[in-house]
Amino acid sequence: MSDHAHTVSVLRTRTTPASAVRDALVIGRRNLLRNVRLPQLLVFATVQPVMFLVLFAYVFGGAITGTLPEAAAGEYLNWLVPGLMIQVAAFGSGQTALGLTEDLQNGVIDRFRSLPMARSAVLAGRTGADLVRNAVVIGLMVVVGTLLGFRYQTSLLRFLAGFALALLFAHSLSWVMAAVGLRVRTPEAVQSAAFLPIFPLVFASSVFLPTATMPSWLRVFADNQPLTVVTNAMRGLMLGPGALPPGQELGTEVLRSLGWVVVITAVAATAAIRAYRRITT
Amino acid sequence: MTDAIVRVRDVVHDFGRVRALDGVSLDVAPGVVHGLLGPNGAGKTTLIRVLATLLRPASGSVEVAGVDVLADPTGARARIGLAGQFAAVDAYLTGRENVEMVGRLYGLPGAEARRRAGEVLERIGLADDADRRVSTYSGGMRRRLDLAASLVGRPQVMFLDEPTTGIDPRSRMEVWELIIDLVEQGTTVLLTTQYLEEADRLADRIAVIDHGRIVTEGTADELKARVASAVLEVRTTPEDRERASAVLAAVVGEEPTLDPSGSALRMPAREGTATLVAAVRALDTAGIEPEDVALQRPSLDDVFLAVTGDAPTRSEPEEDGPAPRRRRGGRRRGA
Repeated sequence: MSDHAHTVSVLRTRTTPASAVRDALVIGRRNLLRNVRLPQLLVFATVQPVMFLVLFAYVFGGAITGTLPEAAAGEYLNWLVPGLMIQVAAFGSGQTALGLTEDLQNGVIDRFRSLPMARSAVLAGRTGADLVRNAVVIGLMVVVGTLLGFRYQTSLLRFLAGFALALLFAHSLSWVMAAVGLRVRTPEAVQSAAFLPIFPLVFASSVFLPTATMPSWLRVFADNQPLTVVTNAMRGLMLGPGALPPGQELGTEVLRSLGWVVVITAVAATAAIRAYRRITT
Repeated sequence: MTDAIVRVRDVVHDFGRVRALDGVSLDVAPGVVHGLLGPNGAGKTTLIRVLATLLRPASGSVEVAGVDVLADPTGARARIGLAGQFAAVDAYLTGRENVEMVGRLYGLPGAEARRRAGEVLERIGLADDADRRVSTYSGGMRRRLDLAASLVGRPQVMFLDEPTTGIDPRSRMEVWELIIDLVEQGTTVLLTTQYLEEADRLADRIAVIDHGRIVTEGTADELKARVASAVLEVRTTPEDRERASAVLAAVVGEEPTLDPSGSALRMPAREGTATLVAAVRALDTAGIEPEDVALQRPSLDDVFLAVTGDAPTRSEPEEDGPAPRRRRGGRRRGA
């Protein structure tokens, strides 16, 4: 090191939108490498939804098939796979909170905050990497579902639109979990704080079963919560408008779910960024 | 000190009702190791966090390398490096990938980050292990890597928060060598420690912090001279001890005490070696032949005890935040 310490000319002393994107990519790559280098993470993340797929399809399939709308073409798998895409998104979102709390505990976030990088990059890099991870895990689940007999009943374009909707929703949940993780601060606490509310949201919804047979007090919640709205819209896209509850139109339901995605992302991202700025320990 | 590279003025910060920093002012001259010594919860880590832009103090001003840290934190970040109490490196990345990533986040283009990462790894003796995953590194290697990761940005000032807490003695020596090398290359180092030996060995100047204030400051020798004089220790045979005690009392002007082991007489040597010579002459005149005579300089332990009233910690790492401590009454106190 001949020319040492006192040259700072190469370093930036201001952040710009372009440098913010670059920083987010550097952080995102780091987070993704963790999944690649520690393959057990991705294996467990993939095995769990496949297990759900097989269990639900064969345990419940026989009992449920008769109650499904005709759009499911008599196959519970056709009904289940779009719902499981949302279930995977919901269960996987806790990883965002876990990753952030681990970085907080290990002093990695302190290191990042002491560098002349964009403040937004830590959160954008985290949620961005989790979006890629979700795409891989959900994609693998769909592949296994297809091998077992899942078939979309509309067009490839509509199927892909439904897939994209699932990813957008997964991304919005990542922001929710980023906000949770930055407030809870320890991986141990995240386990309960993040996963506890996920269970009632996933089961009291149309993810596994139509809500028609639920008691009316539960239906009020189940029919209107975002997981049901998004799952219904995805089924409408993948299986046809006949998969929607009576009286609902596909266009309206897709717009409603996009509305949820935008609102959740905006509120949660604001909360997460505020929590990040306020980190003091 | 008008050319200070770190200038802290009247910094106050509270965590809830706990006053962590209570009017800290500190100047660090460029090119030195400045030690920040203090017991747990004294405010060391809080001060480092303020300097490293991680914490905005309630009041006061902070300047690093000519940049106002509170007005232009990004500008300050381009000129500093931080290594905290944990090795904040990613175990699943290689050493090289870790350093390169930090380089990219300093804003270096990819090729430059790669080139500098190679230089840094060479310099800290990890060149041969650079392409192994950090999960295979020893604790000392991780610490060195953590410390060195910031060097890729060639910071003018490095803040090291307890850089050797919780590592084995050999790794500690390696980290010390790295710090000495850093300063030789022109970097200024401000390090916190609760190890007196570390401060004594590394720091050109030492500030002792307690209850959120700098209570005393100076070189290690100045601090020692300020709080305690040297101690003269004389060992005699048990038969001679009583007579020797009387002779020595006449020389130093106070009754010597028996040391805890009961075999040596201890007394203050206010004139240092002059007292030693006078004592030996007096003993010789009285016909007493001592078994051993030693002049003991005060240690930083004595300084620590004298200024903080707390026993220094030797092994336990400091907690993240400040220990709960009631806010002190008056703002002014003579140091």
